[in-house]
Amino acid sequence: MGSTGFPPPFLTSTTSSFAEFAAQAAPHVLPARRLEGIVSADAAVTAGLAPHGTTIVALTYSGGVLMAGDRRATVGHTIASRTIEKVFPADSQSVIGIAGTAGLALELVRLFQLELEHYEKIEGTPLSLEGKANRLAAMLRSNLGLAIQGLAVVPLFAGIGDARPRIFSFDVTGGRYEEVEHHSVGSGSGFARGALKKLWRPDLGRTDAIRVAVEALYDAADDDSATGGPDLGRQIFPVVYTVEAAGQSRADDDLVRRTALDVVAARAEGGRA
Amino acid sequence: MSTPFYVSPEQLIKDRADFARKGIARGRSVVVLGAEAGIVLVAENPSTALRKIAEIYDRIGFAAVGKYNEFEQLRQAGVRYADLRGYSYDRTDVSARGLTNAYAQTLAGVFTTESKPLEVELVVAELGAQQAADQLYRISYDGSVADESDWVSIGGGTERIAQLLSAEWSPGLSLPQAVALGRKALGASREGTVEVDSLEVALLDRAAPGRRTFRRIGHAELAQLLAPERGEPGPQDEQAGEQPE
Repeated sequence: MGSTGFPPPFLTSTTSSFAEFAAQAAPHVLPARRLEGIVSADAAVTAGLAPHGTTIVALTYSGGVLMAGDRRATVGHTIASRTIEKVFPADSQSVIGIAGTAGLALELVRLFQLELEHYEKIEGTPLSLEGKANRLAAMLRSNLGLAIQGLAVVPLFAGIGDARPRIFSFDVTGGRYEEVEHHSVGSGSGFARGALKKLWRPDLGRTDAIRVAVEALYDAADDDSATGGPDLGRQIFPVVYTVEAAGQSRADDDLVRRTALDVVAARAEGGRA
Repeated sequence: MSTPFYVSPEQLIKDRADFARKGIARGRSVVVLGAEAGIVLVAENPSTALRKIAEIYDRIGFAAVGKYNEFEQLRQAGVRYADLRGYSYDRTDVSARGLTNAYAQTLAGVFTTESKPLEVELVVAELGAQQAADQLYRISYDGSVADESDWVSIGGGTERIAQLLSAEWSPGLSLPQAVALGRKALGASREGTVEVDSLEVALLDRAAPGRRTFRRIGHAELAQLLAPERGEPGPQDEQAGEQPE
């Protein structure tokens, strides 16, 4: 097709996947290819190099699903960021939250968002929710080498599929697990899960669900040094997204702020501190 | 191998151009109009599965006439080009001009070197912040590019469409006005009226809330948009020239 214009893969590729196309046409832009073989094989060394994002919670409520994340990233015992955002819209109908190596995780989110958009544009129709979850699992699997070297990324994915709210968790080998009711990933997830188990009810409304998520993150921050709690001094609060039949939306910052202030006030009662 | 007959380069190019033009003129037209609400893309297309109008990127739309398999391949290449560029740099670094150049080079390369030229004409449209900043590019089968800002039409019968649009298009059209004008222009190309059911319409929406501004306008919404515009006169250029070749 000549030396100018579109290079041959642009015209001849038959894949609907951006990641597969990029691996063919421009492998250097993909994150895993850039890093593999460069980073140390000693997981303990690599893990200390880059910031880690921490706790993400997700829960279903009547008519939707919610995902929320704290705002902290750490390198070892140092706080690397107080304002990092770890929950994102994946497309108009689903959301993704990430824990683990922040740089790789943010790039994975960018690639995943593009993957969904690319498929939709090439095929003229969006992927099903299961299809999206499977695609994410495959992308994690291609990252396995780095995960073993200590640069793991652990996402949480949620959306409406088959007319009901659904949550998917993943492991670094590309395992994909559907969760019921609620789930949490990241270093504070053990504490957050405990809170979710006690606070989650089948009939939660959206505002109640936001409250439950903020409580769970509060508990995670209480006991896990890598998870950030509501920062009243700087007015930094969790990021909350919800997905309902009409699509995803970011919960109003002021509502989250008021909820977080309520939770902090409620926890201060009775001199429990 | 026997000695081939001599064919002059002029004749060769002319034959190829005639071949491509014939293929393109057989198809129904597409018009792309600048409007207050955004850029309106209107095609006559009875199929709801095989599209002539598509989204390339956040603010870039695509329209094509000619052979479906050929322009579909070019459309996909455009999506790949834009997505790869936006991923490698930033979403704001994807421009219609760069994409148009890639299309032009590809079409020119095929036109001069392959055994058969591509029988397609394309429009690449980029939405500006205001209507004056909209960019419309028409790319022909031989890679030649025309840069328009108000409206552009491709396909057969474009002479009559051009006459009508240069007389009736004005800046600041509303969405219903632009859709109605587009429909009228498509009807003018073959002296008839285009049924709402065989219109394919999309909008690059200046008021879109997110990054992606491309929105298809389905038949139900289309019927509503066109409802108050009833009573549009028929094609006014009855005496206009015959179909090009």
